[in-house]
Amino acid sequence: MLEIKNLHAAVDGKEILKGLTLSVGIGEVHALMGPNGSGKSTLSYVLAGREGYEITQGSVTYGGKDLTAMKPEERAAKGIFLAMQYPVEIPGVTTLTFLKTALNAQRRARGDSELDAMSVLKLVRQKAAALQVSEEMLKRALNVGFSGGEKKRLEILQMALFEPALAILDETDSGLDIDALKLVADGVNALRAPDRAMLVITHYQRLLNFIVPDRVHVLADGRVVAEGGKELALELEAKGYAHFMREPA
Amino acid sequence: MSVVADTQEQVAALGEKYKYGFVTDIEMDRAPKGLSEDTVRFISAKKDEPEWMLDWRLAAYRRWREMTEPNWARLNYPKIDYDDAYYYAAPKGSEGPKRLDEVDPKLLETYKKLGIPLSEQMVLAGVAVDAVFDSVSVATTFKEKLSEAGVIFCPISEAIRDHPDIVRKYLGTVVPVSDNFFATLNSAVFSDGTFVYVPKGARCPMELSTYFRINASQTGQFERTLIVADEGSYVSYLEGCTAPMRDENQLHAAVVELVALEGAEIKYSTVQNWYPGDENGLGGIFNFVTKRGDCRGARSKISWTQVETGSAITWKYPSCILRGDDTVGEFYSIAITNHYQQADTGTKMIHLGKNTRSRIISKGISAGKAQNTYRGLVSVHPRAVNARNHTQCDSLLIGSKCGAHTVPYIESRNASARIEHEATTSKIAEDQLFYCLQRGISPEEAVALIVNGFCKEVLQQLPMEFAVEAQKLVGISLEGSVG
Repeated sequence: MLEIKNLHAAVDGKEILKGLTLSVGIGEVHALMGPNGSGKSTLSYVLAGREGYEITQGSVTYGGKDLTAMKPEERAAKGIFLAMQYPVEIPGVTTLTFLKTALNAQRRARGDSELDAMSVLKLVRQKAAALQVSEEMLKRALNVGFSGGEKKRLEILQMALFEPALAILDETDSGLDIDALKLVADGVNALRAPDRAMLVITHYQRLLNFIVPDRVHVLADGRVVAEGGKELALELEAKGYAHFMREPA
Repeated sequence: MSVVADTQEQVAALGEKYKYGFVTDIEMDRAPKGLSEDTVRFISAKKDEPEWMLDWRLAAYRRWREMTEPNWARLNYPKIDYDDAYYYAAPKGSEGPKRLDEVDPKLLETYKKLGIPLSEQMVLAGVAVDAVFDSVSVATTFKEKLSEAGVIFCPISEAIRDHPDIVRKYLGTVVPVSDNFFATLNSAVFSDGTFVYVPKGARCPMELSTYFRINASQTGQFERTLIVADEGSYVSYLEGCTAPMRDENQLHAAVVELVALEGAEIKYSTVQNWYPGDENGLGGIFNFVTKRGDCRGARSKISWTQVETGSAITWKYPSCILRGDDTVGEFYSIAITNHYQQADTGTKMIHLGKNTRSRIISKGISAGKAQNTYRGLVSVHPRAVNARNHTQCDSLLIGSKCGAHTVPYIESRNASARIEHEATTSKIAEDQLFYCLQRGISPEEAVALIVNGFCKEVLQQLPMEFAVEAQKLVGISLEGSVG
């Protein structure tokens, strides 16, 4: 469903992705690993359509269509969800208000009827319990004063609510202790579905003990330098990134 | 569920540019063009005013002739030709208030377009509207219910005839005839407005509301509002404003006076949506308004809340004179400027009494090529022992061609005063916008959402039914501010 071919992308004129090729099939869970500065987050922003991330060469298709021609909000409505490494605070906007606004914007774009406040609340409550997202959290301003764990749980709650076809999880494990990590991973695993692909971006193998991928890709200097099954992550853990970076892709 | 949530989707649904830009075609009864003693006499005669009122107006007119237009505000506008305007315009055949079913259906149609429920819905909404159409109040509702509580709520022209003692006692005592250029002009030519008197110990049974609307072209609107809350009483008053779209600039110079006697409380809310001009800065209302409240008695309280989204030029400083001991003044403001709009707005808190407290929360939002200035004075006089003020002044910029300015004046002549001033200036962060887009929210809806969040503390001060309208306005007035 996602086909990335020879992708080159630059930020502020500096090339970060240098010929990245990657493909994710429907319902597959892929892990993307790599050291700092290898281009992991850049790839997630390019896929989400963030301003300032310029594609200079190559192609990205999603469901057979040119993804790069779509606006960020269109991509979201078409089922691309990015769980961010640093979820953003929006003061004065309650979490529930934000969830309702986003959910209805996506529904509108898909031609579905909008949900009223009570229906949204019911739906959110259903999903929130398993992620230990409290009513009180929903009433607070979006991400304002949230702990690292709360922010990440809220990201996964949004994933549950929006039911994306492709979820990109950008370093969802960063800043989490083991209990928080397990909670988040359980949430993600509960959302695994035959029609939902995931691209799990992580620095460490640790997360992949909990979210077991179908495929693993190793990214270094803007290119995929190694690919394999879940055992590749263990090999990487044992040998370190340096070992893979010496090998040509 | 919060009101914000309920209205976010409506922001997007309201895709129109200036929704209220229609003109009602009704025959108008006008004063001759220009400003002279004859104009003043004409207006006074039309209103069937007593001699003292005419004398008051003429004194104001003569004073005004000697005054010069102030130029200290951070505003840029072409010189106003005061002789090239009409100072009185009223729908023909509607002098004096009428019953609702006698009102010209075209007028009612206008109100309907504005979304003012002048019918049975009014009872349900619990809002009494004294609708000012240009200069004459044409429909006043719910007088009976109010009079049961002893509340007088009527056009000021009627009050001058029917309640001359109260009007004479208070008119011009908060904003004197010679106060400033625009207030003095208003004193000479004010055509109508609202009068409210709440008797001792009464709690006004409903929110009082007036919609002003400038309809006739080339007509200045000079309404005059006087609200008197007698000892221990409470009243909440709302005004909403819209004006049709026209190429020329129109002048609006209103005066509002509030008097709160011992233990009384007045809450005054404004949603101002006069025509702001087009995206190139053509047309729009020049809004020069003097609003002032006097906490005359001990333990009284006056609270101003304003949402200013319209007008090409806004010059407005709703103020509180904290005269009585233990009095409280509040000013909550949202001022949004887009395209070529300019706003110079703020407040004055004058602490005269002991243990007086004031609170200022100002949220300025600037987009396009607009300029937005907060100008505020906190003044503590020698007798004002233990005066307290807290000022919070936040500016939000959208885009890189607009400006936000904060001009606080602080004067303290009593060592026991405690005055706090906090100010922030921020931009809508790119990461906030991206986060919203990634969740499927369009750029315009995202801006409306973020700005409504930014303004929340002020929006919360508005009565429920107006908060919804105000939130929609926030979204509409910022349309086209992000690409």
